[in-house]
Amino acid sequence: MSGSFHLDGVPIRLEGCARTYDGGVRALEPLDLSIAGGETVVFLGPSGCGKTTTLRLIAGLESPDPGGRVWFGDDDVTRLPIERRNVGMVFQSYALFPNMSVADNVAYGLRVRGVATAERRRRAGEMLELMRIGDLAGRRIDQLSGGQRQRVALARALVVRPRVLLLDEPLTALDAKLRDSLRLEIDRLLRTLGVTAVYVTHDQAEAMALGDRIVVMARGRVAQVGTPREIYYRPADAFVAEFVGTMNRLHGQAADGMLALGGAALPWAGPAGPAEVLVRPEDVALADADAHLRGSVAAAVFLGDRTRVVVETACGHTLTVDAAGRAAVARGDTVGLRLDPARFLSL
Amino acid sequence: MRRYGPAFWAQLSFTLLVCALLVVPVVLSMAAGLTVNYFVGIRSGLTLRWVAEVWALYADTIRLSLGIAVACLACTLVLGVPAAYVLARAKGPVARAIEELLVMPVAVPGLATALALIVTYGGAGDFRRSWLFILVGHVLFTLPFMVRAVLAVMTSIDLKTLEEGAASLGASFVQRFFQVVVPNCASGILAGSLMVFTLSVGEFNLTWLLHTPLTKTLPVGLADSYASMRIEIGSAYTLVFFLMIIPSLILLQLLGRRGRR
Repeated sequence: MSGSFHLDGVPIRLEGCARTYDGGVRALEPLDLSIAGGETVVFLGPSGCGKTTTLRLIAGLESPDPGGRVWFGDDDVTRLPIERRNVGMVFQSYALFPNMSVADNVAYGLRVRGVATAERRRRAGEMLELMRIGDLAGRRIDQLSGGQRQRVALARALVVRPRVLLLDEPLTALDAKLRDSLRLEIDRLLRTLGVTAVYVTHDQAEAMALGDRIVVMARGRVAQVGTPREIYYRPADAFVAEFVGTMNRLHGQAADGMLALGGAALPWAGPAGPAEVLVRPEDVALADADAHLRGSVAAAVFLGDRTRVVVETACGHTLTVDAAGRAAVARGDTVGLRLDPARFLSL
Repeated sequence: MRRYGPAFWAQLSFTLLVCALLVVPVVLSMAAGLTVNYFVGIRSGLTLRWVAEVWALYADTIRLSLGIAVACLACTLVLGVPAAYVLARAKGPVARAIEELLVMPVAVPGLATALALIVTYGGAGDFRRSWLFILVGHVLFTLPFMVRAVLAVMTSIDLKTLEEGAASLGASFVQRFFQVVVPNCASGILAGSLMVFTLSVGEFNLTWLLHTPLTKTLPVGLADSYASMRIEIGSAYTLVFFLMIIPSLILLQLLGRRGRR
């Protein structure tokens, strides 16, 4: 992507932003959040968690309940409608104008700003080149594929040099293969542009790949804010642990610096008594002689790069384990599992 | 070459029969307007005398009808498109109830509407005597057709997101409405316009009660000529009516098609 096009991302600050809909439904509990200039923050959560509401508050498509404030840098934009906030927005359904060609769609933001025809044609053309769809300029919107539409939507949002780029589940409507390639492209675009970006998704892989930080949300509240690694390896609560990636939960009994788990005893630094440990599927290994737990394979799914095995242990746990792709395991096999206490996560 | 079975021929005959049922009387009537003497038949020869006579007698009704139709179209566009927009964007039971009520002017007989207008405004002399009185009746009658045609298109596209998209790019409400909403509803606006124009030109029920001797529209004049003139004159009038309305409809279609591009 071109290095010549660069935007100055402004920081965003939300202060006590809550949102209550008519009829008293609380979509968002009071939220305080600071987003640095040029940072990409991903709001992640199941549907109805408040992530889209938060995005719409930042965009200016909705207003926070009284008391809430939205800042773009030193500007209080709380009372400004979206058309006066100078944001770029990419919608899940693209929201391209069917009555205009691709070039006219991209140039629309310049047209409403009163930029002269020749100038806006030039800048729209540049932006289409940046998105590598220069050859589509004359097409009608209904002649484009989903991936092409998304590129047009990005070009249209960026051509006005927005202070903030907002993306509302931009890849959800695309098929898996296209989603992966566009995700890489968006990632590269956000890195080179230096724009402050807020990205909403329910797809944790997307969140991990794109976010400098991820805001995990549930039921109108922030469950955790952190880098992808923090979210993945140090989940704040059970919800985050379960929602981001796959997590195994094991129950044991701790005493004298050891944890009794099934038939095995593992070194344990925590307090004595009943203990719960969390461990990711890739941190459990299939083993023979030095296995800690034994069980039978309830399911084995070959995924190419790995084989995802679900094991039911004799001690009553069900564990999901990622084994090598070439591992020969089939349903009904008896396998041993080796745990590494250093990889245990705790809440 | 495909062979067609008896079912095909039966359906074709039926379709042609229905077409004939609709077309033949119209053709006969127009032919009558061109015959020298209808009772003698086509043997008596063809003439444009009756058409000329219609023009001499009723040219002002034709002008008035076209004028009212154009004014009526303008009013329904100015009132109907924004009304459809509000209904399309509004949620809640009130908007839905209004949508349902839009069929009312169609369900209520034109005569009843006309009587109501006369009862209400009959005392306002100048207004009662002007062509504007008829215009009000026509707008009342045709407005729902415009609103429904535009509303149907507006609810079939994701108007809200399109507008949010335009707003995110900095477009004010007026810019959004005229540059995004209206162009994307062009097909509905065109359908509504055709409907309103033809309904207004052909409207008789309301107009019959609302007109004065000085504000006769084409259909009222037509009834008048059938009632009091030779059958050839009435028929020639029908011919003039067709010659007038068909080019205007084609013109509207062409305008609409160009607007959509």
